[in-house]
Amino acid sequence: MLALQILIDGFAISALYALGATGFTLIFGVSGVLNLSHGAIMVAAAVAAWAAASTFGMNQYAGALVGVAVALITALITYFAVVQPIQRSRRIANEEKEIFVLTGTLLWGIMIQELIAYLFTNNAKTVLPIVNGVVEILGVRTPQNEIFTALVCCLVIAALWLLVNRTKMGKAVLAASMNPRGVTLLGLELTNIYVVVWAIYGVLAGIAGVLLGMFLGVSSYSVGPLTASAFSIVVLGGLGSVSGSLIAAFVVGYLETFTAYMISPAYRTIPALLLLVIVMYLRPQGLLGRR
Amino acid sequence: MGFFKTRLFWIALVVIVAASTLPLYVSGYVLGVLTVAYYFGVFAMSWDLLFGFAGEVNFGPTFLIGVGAYTAGIINNQYGLSPYLCIFIGAMASVIAGVVLALPALRVRGPYFGLTTLVAVLMLQNFIVVFADLTGGEIGLTIPDVITISASANYWIALGFMVVSGAILYGLSQSPIGLVLQASGQDPVQAGALGFNIVKHKLFAFVVSAFFSGLSGALLVFYFGTASVGTVVDVAVGVNVIVAAVLGGRRTVIGAALGATFLIVAGEFLRPTGELATFIVSAIALLVVLFFPGGFLGAAMSRQSPEAKA
Repeated sequence: MLALQILIDGFAISALYALGATGFTLIFGVSGVLNLSHGAIMVAAAVAAWAAASTFGMNQYAGALVGVAVALITALITYFAVVQPIQRSRRIANEEKEIFVLTGTLLWGIMIQELIAYLFTNNAKTVLPIVNGVVEILGVRTPQNEIFTALVCCLVIAALWLLVNRTKMGKAVLAASMNPRGVTLLGLELTNIYVVVWAIYGVLAGIAGVLLGMFLGVSSYSVGPLTASAFSIVVLGGLGSVSGSLIAAFVVGYLETFTAYMISPAYRTIPALLLLVIVMYLRPQGLLGRR
Repeated sequence: MGFFKTRLFWIALVVIVAASTLPLYVSGYVLGVLTVAYYFGVFAMSWDLLFGFAGEVNFGPTFLIGVGAYTAGIINNQYGLSPYLCIFIGAMASVIAGVVLALPALRVRGPYFGLTTLVAVLMLQNFIVVFADLTGGEIGLTIPDVITISASANYWIALGFMVVSGAILYGLSQSPIGLVLQASGQDPVQAGALGFNIVKHKLFAFVVSAFFSGLSGALLVFYFGTASVGTVVDVAVGVNVIVAAVLGGRRTVIGAALGATFLIVAGEFLRPTGELATFIVSAIALLVVLFFPGGFLGAAMSRQSPEAKA
């Protein structure tokens, strides 16, 4: 009974983590950028969806769309205003660009977080769910919203897989992650590919953010923990490996749910952190990462 | 030492002498803000030694700071030892924590190293909250003793501490050890091929950075009279340390202290803007990162003659 409960709850959380982390790992895989404003973009999406529904009286579907659109725009601004200028800067040595991108996106994330806190206060906000009600799965009362969350996450990840592996644009993205110079020699503009990847990332982070807002609720305080959890999932799975991130998301999601149910919600994040330290020590490239 | 003839040295001397006379004519409030800023400056300088010279991105400066601060605080709180002994033990605990963190962390590179240090902070934070009986948990730890209650004396202690730490860290960065660190940060393979023991040098940098971080953290909590997650451990504090170092100019050590002072003082000036203060400070820092990647000191030094740079 309790096992089934953990199985169901854990699945929804894990699917949400997986969706949040895929976009993050995609950007790293293709352009080598670790986007530390990730949590801020997710929270921006959720808060936008909440504000659209509660302040401007839109219905849930329109609100969710507004949320995703805001994440898309924010992601593109992140690329054009923060990441691209640093990557093109001649005054920053190449080996230092990584730390500058990290610092830059971190500061940008803090700016988004503070702006949200200023405009909409620090209070936790729950986005009105698109589906309501509860169903019983083998005796476990499960909110339909939880099933909806898990379903959407799986569908979006499947769509991403199709997009990357079955379309021409996706193949260009894949090629850019393997050999950027080769792609430019084939006559493709690398910047265009990066813009596409950031747009995909924005949509993914937006959907994940809105779903998170419906499922658990968000506040501007969630920014740091969200970025940290995406970062650790991605490192656990192996930087740049999408399938690794998916596995890692489920490992972390179930570990957290299990700890919360069996030990105490206060210790929720500790086992996942310990696991991360052990993996870093024994296998620094992550579960499925390449050196 | 050619350094004593450089313009930088004379400017630094004038600034320090001017700063040490401040208690004669400014209010205790201003002194209090600057006291915190100076301890913060030491955090940023220690971080710069590790990043700017050893090339290691330490995302968890607050792990070292927090271990030093909390160890000193807990010993004072539980056993009532004298503050000086507590501060010394705190700094030593921080050195041990630095070695424990460095040994596994130095096996990995780049973002992985950064993440290991970040995880260390999150673990410390969890530890403090879970063992609330010992650490005071989320409310914070009360520290019964103080070094002194005089605002001027506290200010002079902080200033003196920053100047001495700055001199040692700067001297170290310009010494042969600093050069080896810089080489191993930029090209570890080549530096290793030249016969330098990279791991030993980086471990040394870690120990020095941990010592000054822990010492400064311990002094800071004895000044505050309390240690809490929000002031010495939180990731946000660590972010401020990093921003201070990058803002002031990385790889300069002294720039980090300038950046920290700017950050704390600017935060104080912007207090009337309420919640927008952090937004404005972050925006300024982002603009500096984008347009003056060398930071304050980097921008100032690039206008100077080349021999003054060295």
